[in-house]
Amino acid sequence: MKRFALLLASAAALIAAPLAAQPIAITGGKVVIGDGSAPIEGGTVVINNDRVVAAGANVPIPFDAQRIDATGKWVTPGIFAGFSRVGLVEVGAVSQTNDMNASGSPFSAALDVQYAINPFASPVAVNRAAGVTRAVVSPSTARSIFGGYGAVVDLGQDEHPITRARAFQFVELGETGHSRAGGSRAASHIHFRALLNEARTYARNPGQFDSDLLKASDAKALLPVINGSTKLLVHVESANDILKVLDLRKDFPALKLVLVGANEGWRVANHIAAARVPVLASALSDLPYGFEDLSATQSNIGRMKDAGVKVAIGMINDRDAHQLRYSVQYAGNLVALNKVPRATGLTWDEAFAAISSVPAEIMDMGGQLGSLKAGRQADVVIWTGDPLELSTQVEKVIIDGVDQSLSNRQMRLRDRYSNPAPGALPKAYDR
Amino acid sequence: MKFRALLALLASASLMAGCAATAADTKSASAAAPAKSSQLSRTAFPSTYKAYPSVPTAVTGVTVFDGEGGRIDNGTVFMAGGKIISVGGSDTAIPADATTVDGSGKYITPGIIDVHSHLGDYPTPSVSAHSDGNEATSPVTAEVWAEHSVWPQDPGFSRAMANGGITALQILPGSANLFGGRSVTLKNVPARTVQAMKFPGAPYGMKMACGENPKRVYGGRNRMPSTRMGSVALNRQTWIDAQEYRSKKNGAKPPKRDLGKETLAGVLDGEILVHNHCYRADELNQIIDMSKEFGYKVTAFHHAVEAYKIADILAKEEICSAIWADWWGFKMEAYDAIPENAALLQKAGACVIIHSDDENQIQRLNQEAAKALADGRAMGIEISDAQAIRWITLNPAKAMGIDAMTGSLKSGKMADLVLWNGNPLSVYSRPEKVWIDGALLFDSGDPSRRPVSDFELGQPGEGDVK
Repeated sequence: MKRFALLLASAAALIAAPLAAQPIAITGGKVVIGDGSAPIEGGTVVINNDRVVAAGANVPIPFDAQRIDATGKWVTPGIFAGFSRVGLVEVGAVSQTNDMNASGSPFSAALDVQYAINPFASPVAVNRAAGVTRAVVSPSTARSIFGGYGAVVDLGQDEHPITRARAFQFVELGETGHSRAGGSRAASHIHFRALLNEARTYARNPGQFDSDLLKASDAKALLPVINGSTKLLVHVESANDILKVLDLRKDFPALKLVLVGANEGWRVANHIAAARVPVLASALSDLPYGFEDLSATQSNIGRMKDAGVKVAIGMINDRDAHQLRYSVQYAGNLVALNKVPRATGLTWDEAFAAISSVPAEIMDMGGQLGSLKAGRQADVVIWTGDPLELSTQVEKVIIDGVDQSLSNRQMRLRDRYSNPAPGALPKAYDR
Repeated sequence: MKFRALLALLASASLMAGCAATAADTKSASAAAPAKSSQLSRTAFPSTYKAYPSVPTAVTGVTVFDGEGGRIDNGTVFMAGGKIISVGGSDTAIPADATTVDGSGKYITPGIIDVHSHLGDYPTPSVSAHSDGNEATSPVTAEVWAEHSVWPQDPGFSRAMANGGITALQILPGSANLFGGRSVTLKNVPARTVQAMKFPGAPYGMKMACGENPKRVYGGRNRMPSTRMGSVALNRQTWIDAQEYRSKKNGAKPPKRDLGKETLAGVLDGEILVHNHCYRADELNQIIDMSKEFGYKVTAFHHAVEAYKIADILAKEEICSAIWADWWGFKMEAYDAIPENAALLQKAGACVIIHSDDENQIQRLNQEAAKALADGRAMGIEISDAQAIRWITLNPAKAMGIDAMTGSLKSGKMADLVLWNGNPLSVYSRPEKVWIDGALLFDSGDPSRRPVSDFELGQPGEGDVK
């Protein structure tokens, strides 16, 4: 009996292991490397264990490779959601399942999403089935301008979602920051500076730290922001707020800034480019949602890119816990702008990079993630056609070399109700 | 003038049937009594909309989706005097003096129609001073009219036209209340006043809401309804009172005017269409039974994320489901939403409408329809491209009671049209030209044909492509 159980366990281990005791070669497909280069017809992608070995034309196929025929299909790196809250929320309005922020907590910068991200949450499965394999996951804010530590995750069906914990700190310095700080941008900026200075005080003598402004844990969390070892993702939208954020480096020269949102970025794109600050921008924001978004336009990303800004597609506050699958639709829309007079879009190759390699590079993980270049984590998606087109479906998702289930409860509901009337037994028996 | 009156009459005849995909329009019309709701209510705040000047125009060599499920390749559409004159193949006759637009490689559809919008009553900028969509001071506010909240300068209207090809839309009150009030149907033509946007001859709608929102809003104040059963009880009592008002109104001594009950009596008379926000299948079915108890008809269930679970019932009852392609998970009653909802309804023969309820997605209802179509095809349900276009044209027009006037490319209908620079079901396509009543009101190649609201005038980005 015991031996039988052991046998079963090892069988289970085999199933859960990466596909490859042997390498895998995906052949015949239209291969998108994801780095902004043009797709390659009839290309090959070879992966071994959890890494990409090679991808492109004329790639040698190892003699022992398992072959997957992708003729007529597209083969791309998995989609990298540049800014999200996936895994932090099951049902948005059910507060017990919503871990985006903590309005009742005394902590702020020290809050760390790695303890909240649930790899078994249904939004993870739904977006995995849509080809999303990696995501930047950020907290939102509640009582402070600081939201806490965010992470980079994979959307694999295993219990290890975290690719990089504490990948960044998140702060609000636009209209939301104004409100969090007590009602003005003067307050949010003095708040920011004062908290960072308190953190320096903490660093000098942690044992004696006693602050009216900041808990020791939060002070400790801000130290790597000050010295630039942790990125600072800053949500701002307006041109003026962006300029004021860029100016923060006059006081804190080591800050590694990334702008999030940046609806008016195009108006100050040359400043952003000169400061070498990358942007996780909203793709299709084009209305004056607030006065910080007066000049929002779908051409924002294209114009920033043309000005030399490194820019990827993010989805802040835009169904960012459930609909990461919109990333591909958004990228396609930026390509559509090329046919609209006076609009500025992205080329197809740039648009795909904006949801694959560029977000990875912005997180300083371009060497490991976001493309099919040799040595990257093997996150591969096979699509029935052009991945940015609305009619295209996902056929296969591989994350870290592991073939993923595409099943989720939406599909189960679909199948149960493909004929809505009950049959010989109630629907509850139909599974 | 006479023609318009006739159209209005036609519209009111078809409005009661909702919009079952099958054409049996008046079969299920509620037993409308001859009694009319107050004449005053029907003529107050009248439409002052006037079509803008147009020139006889033919679009040739174009792929036509006619809005009724038909498709013509290498087709011709000719409009004059603000009306569609002819739609056909390359042999369609065009007067020599007509302006001709080469539509080769392009597509033409009826103007896109959104049955569920809050443009104007929740406009951008979304500041609290603009929050005019929910009279959330009482769960029964049948007396309010959405048009009294609509700000015509909402920049969202012009965005919906330029990026989404929206030519008509229904503005609804929000969903805080069980009875939210009257809707207003608008032509998407910029104007100084909302009256100058009101769709001439369009019937009124009334917004109702079930489920989480009313019980959250009022239960949170320790008021009824705090439960779903409380909602149904308050709904039923309200209908009982409305029935009494209606019968007294037609008696010897009519009671004092009551704005709310005028609207409710208008529903019972079959003159005002019920648009019911409701998510869960079991609750949709409760509402159907309630409508039968009081003898009115639900025209459309809005949001209806679980409609697919009772697609057969909705087909039988001839009630439309106005839905998103794929929204889900934002609240408990949206947890079982699936992207195949539209396709499963279509398969069951039920009426499908893709709606937005959103100032962004109203700019790409064509794409939302395309996603819903693709998800249906992926599970083996065969639906044509032309049928998916119907989900955002004729079907919403029917649910808004304006299908005799617009919503498809038929001779005599209003010349509300969108010329797309590619297949509108492709992510790569955008409106190139939009005509409303034959007037060219958007031309992507002509900056002078791009509306700019007062709010955006003199602001950074004024007149930008957006």
